[in-house]
Amino acid sequence: MAADPSPRSRTRVVLADAAPRRDGADRAGTDLTEQTPIGEALVKGLMRAQLALALRLALVVAAGLGTLPLLFAVAPAVGGFKVFGVHLPWVLLGLLSFPFLVGVGAAYVRWAERNEQDFAALIRRPER
Amino acid sequence: MNPYLAPGLILVLLLTVAIGAYGLRFARTTSDFLVASRSVSPSWNAAAISGEYLSAASFLGVAGLVLRYGVDVLWYPVGFAAGYLALLLFVAAPLRRSGAFTLPDFCQVRLRSRPLRRLATAFVLFIGCLYLLPQLQGAGLTFSTLTGGSYAWGALVVSVVVTANVAFGGMRAITFVQAFQYWLKLTALAVPMIFLILQWQSDGRPQVTPPAGAVFPAATTVVVEQDAVLDGVRPVEAGETLHFAAGDPVPTVSTVDAEFGDQWLLPGKTGLFATYSLILATFLGTMGLPHVLVRFYTNPDGASARRTTLVVLALVGLFYLLPTLYGVLGRIYTPQLLMTGNTDAVVLLLPEAALGGGHLGRLLGALVTAGALAAFLSTSSGLLTSVAGVIFTDVLRSGRSGSIRDFRLATVLAALVPTTLALYVSDMDVSRVVGLAFAVAASSFCPLLVLGIWWRGLTDAGAIAGLVTGGGAAMAAVLVTVLGPPLPSSFAEFVGQPAAWTVPLAFLVMVGVSLMTGRRVPPDVGATMLRLHAPESLRT
Repeated sequence: MAADPSPRSRTRVVLADAAPRRDGADRAGTDLTEQTPIGEALVKGLMRAQLALALRLALVVAAGLGTLPLLFAVAPAVGGFKVFGVHLPWVLLGLLSFPFLVGVGAAYVRWAERNEQDFAALIRRPER
Repeated sequence: MNPYLAPGLILVLLLTVAIGAYGLRFARTTSDFLVASRSVSPSWNAAAISGEYLSAASFLGVAGLVLRYGVDVLWYPVGFAAGYLALLLFVAAPLRRSGAFTLPDFCQVRLRSRPLRRLATAFVLFIGCLYLLPQLQGAGLTFSTLTGGSYAWGALVVSVVVTANVAFGGMRAITFVQAFQYWLKLTALAVPMIFLILQWQSDGRPQVTPPAGAVFPAATTVVVEQDAVLDGVRPVEAGETLHFAAGDPVPTVSTVDAEFGDQWLLPGKTGLFATYSLILATFLGTMGLPHVLVRFYTNPDGASARRTTLVVLALVGLFYLLPTLYGVLGRIYTPQLLMTGNTDAVVLLLPEAALGGGHLGRLLGALVTAGALAAFLSTSSGLLTSVAGVIFTDVLRSGRSGSIRDFRLATVLAALVPTTLALYVSDMDVSRVVGLAFAVAASSFCPLLVLGIWWRGLTDAGAIAGLVTGGGAAMAAVLVTVLGPPLPSSFAEFVGQPAAWTVPLAFLVMVGVSLMTGRRVPPDVGATMLRLHAPESLRT
């Protein structure tokens, strides 16, 4: 087989894990699984932090976008309001909703990575 | 016929095959074929995901819907983009870390259940076919509309090109092809739009909804397709040819469902139930589409899966700014489509209608058509890869030792059913079927993924019960809507936009049955959760 043009190392791909996994085959974070009670509590903490972050941002979207149909139904006058000659619903849905979604996504990526760094720091500290 | 059309389409097909062949040089092992060796950079990957996602429904359908129904259907593009935010928030990184390759793999990793795996396989195949069929139909219809050729040839050509590309290049090649096609699709809508807006300016900015009603911008001939009544008074027969001079008012046609004036301009025509149902289906359905998920395994780790998703959200959002403008300008320049009901063609016809039949109009017309072809090719390639992947691992049971020849066989098998169906079924509504595929995905895989990733208490029995009730109800609603007789209007909304009740149903059943079968929680759930959520830097 000819040499691969890219020097990056290839990772093993786990295809259909059809056979039951052998014990010990899962190397995912064996350090953590062995120290069960503490490790489990730590993972639960990370999950809770990540889920709370995701739910909070989902709530932001639900409040920002999800309430619009209700608003237009309850106060039809809002729909008649014009921004630069264009009706507000068109501006909100056709234009502003997309940067809003990207902004929420960017905030999530930043905070989720920070949660993970905090977690990693917490795990590594005792070893040092 | 437009003289630039054939060269443009042939160029797209040749480039697709050429880039696929270029990618083939790198595709050597089975894992190359399936997940591109997980060494694709996030920007390539994001462009590829976007290219794969923006189907004919996005490229043609959204503009057509806006032309027809106005502001209420803007929830389609918003939802199609927001689906990636839901995916980012709840699924992207943990799913990548699970190390699974397909949705059935995820079931295996998380719940270790063979029956659940088989059920998930059935859902992947159903959603895959439901999504692949309208792509091929759309391709056939576009070919026949624009070239006058036969519908079957269009569907067949696209099907053969896609099958060959997937079978010989696999996903590695597809990544390059998809990324190229995203940029092609964006260019194909953005460049003509610049000229269209300039033209609209030089025409003295005609109003989109003039107070006196829409008028024809130029002399127009319309061939009536069905017996109908014009403006509620004048009956016309199928085949009758109507001539309109520039400035004549556009009559309403009784057989074509469209909105005019303030009904089109202002929200509130669609009921709240249908609107929220649509929002739920599109926001939550994206994460359950098999061809979207399969791409996430090409990211090297969870954090890059997250960044890739964010870039996808931006790329997709950028794209969705454009179809709305096509729909709006179509109101001014192609009002005859509101009479024939062929509104999906607005993107294809608008450049020539607005810019005239000169070289510029025709060149831009050929460009948007090439973009439409890219839309069919890329989405069907992605779908085929994912469906073939599932057939390869779950139906042929090749597993790890599977050969490239088996993957090629799986690809041909995966293409066979939708292609055959597409050749025989041509009258199913394209954008509607795509929307229903979202509803099925949102009611089946969305709860499975979200609960599987975030809740330790999920059991295989709960997952199966939720899939069967929620996903099954959505599937039944789809079949009734597409194949069944027209329903009474109060009931039609309930079945035609089922997500608002099938998604909560699926979640409730999954949680309820899991709580009742709490003893079946896998004993190693702690290890699995660690694997899903801990950053890769901690493994070694």
